[in-house]
Amino acid sequence: MEKKKIKILIAKPGLDGHDRGAKVVARGLRDAGFEVIYTGLHQTPEMIVNTAIQEDVDVIGLSILSGAHMTIFPEVLRLLKEKGATNIHLFGGGIIPDEDKEKLYQLGVGKLFDPGTKISEIVEYLNNLFKEK
Amino acid sequence: MTIKEYLKKFEEKDERILAKIITMVEEEYKESEEILRYINKKIGKAYRIGITGPQGSGKSTLIAKLTKRLLNRYKEIGIIACDPSSPFSYGALLGDRIRMNELFLEKGVFIRSMATRGSLNGLAYKTKEVADILDAFGKEIIIIETIGVGQVEVEISNLVDTTVVVFVPESGDGIQILKAGLTEIGDIFVINKSDRIGADILFYELKNLIEISYQNSKWKPPIILTQAVNNYGIEELEKEIVNHYNYLVENNLLEEKREKAIIRELVNNFEKEILKILWQNEKVRKSFAEVSKEVLEKKLTIEEGIKKLIREVKYDQ
Amino acid sequence: MTNKEWEELEKTYEEWEKRVKDLPQCTLPLFKTLSDIPLKIVYTPLDIKDFDYLRDLGLPGEYPFTRGIRETMYRGRFWTMRQFSGFGTAEDTNKRFKFLLSHGETGLSVAFDYPTLLGKDSDDPMAKGEVGVCGVAISSLRDMEILFDGIPLDEVSTSMTINGPAAVIWAFYLITGEKQGVPFHKLRGTIQNDILKEYIAQKSYIFPPEPSLRIIVDIMEFASKEVPKWNTISISGYHIREAGSTAVQELAFTLMDGFTYVEEGIKRGLDVDTFAPRLSFFFNSHLDFFEEIAKFRAARRIWAREMKNRYGAKKKESLLLRFHTQTAGCSLTAQQPENNIVRTAYEALAAVLGGTQSLHTNSMDEAWALPTEKAVLIALRTQQILAYEIGVTNVIDPLGGSYYVEYLTSKLEEEAYRYFEKIEKMGGMVAAIKAGFPQREIAEAAYRYQKELEEKKRIIVGVNEFVLENEKIEIPLLKIDPEVEKRQVERLQNLRKERDNIVCERRLKELKMAAKSRENIMYPILECARAYCTLGEIIGALKEVFGEYREEAFF
Ligand SMILES: Nc1nc2c(ncn2[C@@H]2O[C@H](COP(=O)(O)OP(=O)(O)O)[C@@H](O)[C@H]2O)c(=O)[nH]1
Ligand SMILES: [Mg+2]
Repeated sequence: MEKKKIKILIAKPGLDGHDRGAKVVARGLRDAGFEVIYTGLHQTPEMIVNTAIQEDVDVIGLSILSGAHMTIFPEVLRLLKEKGATNIHLFGGGIIPDEDKEKLYQLGVGKLFDPGTKISEIVEYLNNLFKEK
Repeated sequence: MTIKEYLKKFEEKDERILAKIITMVEEEYKESEEILRYINKKIGKAYRIGITGPQGSGKSTLIAKLTKRLLNRYKEIGIIACDPSSPFSYGALLGDRIRMNELFLEKGVFIRSMATRGSLNGLAYKTKEVADILDAFGKEIIIIETIGVGQVEVEISNLVDTTVVVFVPESGDGIQILKAGLTEIGDIFVINKSDRIGADILFYELKNLIEISYQNSKWKPPIILTQAVNNYGIEELEKEIVNHYNYLVENNLLEEKREKAIIRELVNNFEKEILKILWQNEKVRKSFAEVSKEVLEKKLTIEEGIKKLIREVKYDQ
Repeated sequence: MTNKEWEELEKTYEEWEKRVKDLPQCTLPLFKTLSDIPLKIVYTPLDIKDFDYLRDLGLPGEYPFTRGIRETMYRGRFWTMRQFSGFGTAEDTNKRFKFLLSHGETGLSVAFDYPTLLGKDSDDPMAKGEVGVCGVAISSLRDMEILFDGIPLDEVSTSMTINGPAAVIWAFYLITGEKQGVPFHKLRGTIQNDILKEYIAQKSYIFPPEPSLRIIVDIMEFASKEVPKWNTISISGYHIREAGSTAVQELAFTLMDGFTYVEEGIKRGLDVDTFAPRLSFFFNSHLDFFEEIAKFRAARRIWAREMKNRYGAKKKESLLLRFHTQTAGCSLTAQQPENNIVRTAYEALAAVLGGTQSLHTNSMDEAWALPTEKAVLIALRTQQILAYEIGVTNVIDPLGGSYYVEYLTSKLEEEAYRYFEKIEKMGGMVAAIKAGFPQREIAEAAYRYQKELEEKKRIIVGVNEFVLENEKIEIPLLKIDPEVEKRQVERLQNLRKERDNIVCERRLKELKMAAKSRENIMYPILECARAYCTLGEIIGALKEVFGEYREEAFF
């Protein structure tokens, strides 16, 4: 069934307060026609997954700049699985070294964008994601 | 999963399935009809509270604090938060939830954000249906937040049992409020951000307005001063909601109110459908084209044109 | 100039302008500063018509200090070359410090990890995965002792980037000095301790604004009595800029934060001249070369004027806006990272031409990882080249009198005052923050900038133009051994066993009592530190009294 609107949760886990990117992306995605939920700073994986499930989002985008990506991405994936919500696509952005990226891709994380990525690239990525389906 | 399986899991109180079912209805999937038929018999247990008022008046914050309080007495609470879609991109930034952070890990609290997607009455298109689903799921209290763009958002009062109208000292003078049409729909009035200057003045202005508007009504809406961010006045708000509930029950108005709302909904939707049918009628469209030409050529006045159209439509029946 | 000369100039200019107007201009699509100030093609005396040399500039070391705060500026002494560092455990950072000191660095600067910045111990559940990652983990006096082991604290000046828990971390440092035999009054350094910009931009706040400001005034009061050489607040625009603000916003919000601290001190009954000289500033140096220089000059002028006229400061030292600068982290690109060396050099030049007192130059890989030693060395060398080779330090404020720079300086000043007015109307900075005003202005500017990049109205070399085909962007692996977290947690847990827990509890109780009263909170915090109460415990006790601040997002 074709969905009318793609719903995206942009979440900012970790202890750092660098929400510039998350906010700019949230706004950019809104302006590209998505329905975006942004829940603010210091979200734990549990909060993120709870929100994603209640809102029945199609995608979760995590912005991580604190270096805790190897802890947080796997934990979100684990919780999604535990709650039977593996259909939700997880992607992210932040400062993530290639070696770590590879490991996360293998775990099933979607694309990980580098800092400075154009919003239009993210939009294109998301649109392709839903064209395929 | 088939729809039957979905409904079975729904019955078992699976939150994820609840969320999915809401999506199916919101997106008007073909299963929607069956879902609505299924839940139809299960609704009516939840008490519904509507919160309306200008954008930024603190509705979401108020809901977060109120819910925290209500959790002392109720286990199951549903929240529907409406936000506007962008008229340009049709996208939306659903920002109410962020004020409700403290509820994210509360068991029994289910929050759903909905974008208006072009609806103009301050609510998302399927707000009522989603409230019904939450009701059928077993939520004891359902709170609905309108978008609050400052326009008339009277629709909310048809959807809920108690309507709370929120003002802030910045809302402007009494005339403005009167114009906004909100004084007729409120069962409870809240002046939030009462930490700011102007709250007392607003209080007295509002009091006068309400006394006039509710002259002939048995229910005299209270005005409560709150400071949502500081968790102040929330207890009183809760108390007044209970009072209003008791008033409705004691005067046998609850059922009446809900029935009226259902009939209204029926009428509204019926009229909408009728109009659709009317406009689909080839002859009607043709007569309309002819009449509009005559009106433009000043052969007929608008009134005469309408009379002529009505005659033709009737004749056509 | 006489009236006639003005008229003649005006006429000549108008004619020239007419001729030039329709000539093609195509190098860049956007002739505006990063603050969105539209730019003319050339500036003349006409643009600074009411310029008054003595009123607007004066001489170096003289009011209003536009040209610099010292008479001799860099002839007297260079700026302090201070490179920020810290990672892993206290032992790791201790080694890095010793490396830097042996290479001629003159000041130490500590970066803390996120749990520490938020006042959480390394074994806090929220700290998982972040211990020692973006800075050093300091959970107790024990860690601080290790951090400065073998570094005589009376010989270095130490800058610590710490805000929410500044009072506690500072207490750890003071006691570390005491244990080395260095009395408080000999210790030199800076704590950032600028909580307002945390609410505005960086978001490592702990308590609500009111108790936070009270703690800050406690610190100012304590320092003026006991640690007179310490800089108690480094009022920071750096993070405001990194969060996406314009230069004008950075200038306006930072100075407004500064005024707020001054007002709080005065409200407490402190004499402005006892604490104002210990306030310093911390700015960002971004890519728009002339606008940055103008920003630094305007900042000095505004601060001196307001301190003198509005707050009645009498001592010269109270009027001086001393500042540290860091080149813009957000201007670094992951693409062709070597280009960052060049960007950083220009930004550093702007800071020096703007008269900075100390400078951190970013390493080319700084935005992504803790810099390698080689990258750190290049960054330091960049400063040394500026100081020793290219001659910019010979003459003070060499751009003073430039029509363009003077115009921009006044323009930035004017725009800043416009923000001051708005914020004052809202009831001051704390009220404005609560209403989300600066946050919203910054988010708006960040979004506008992003759009300008995407529409190629602005060019970033290697990112949206001059892109290397198939460049593989390599973000070097930030290797923080997971052992770090484990070791750190172990150490903390041992400490909890070894120390006298009954004393700890008593100290924490006394702290809470003091927090509830109006006592200066520094004294009981020092006692807690001495008893080896941990950071998390001390902050936890204060949270019980003060509550916690919750942020909301403003778009
Ligand atoms: N000063 C003050 N601000 C409040 C109060 N209640 C809410 N706010 C702030 O008002 C802003 C808008 O609140 P929000 O709940 O999003 O309003 P909504 O748009 O009506 O849902 C937020 O910044 C709140 O923190 C209050 O009682 N006093
Ligand atoms: Mg809201």
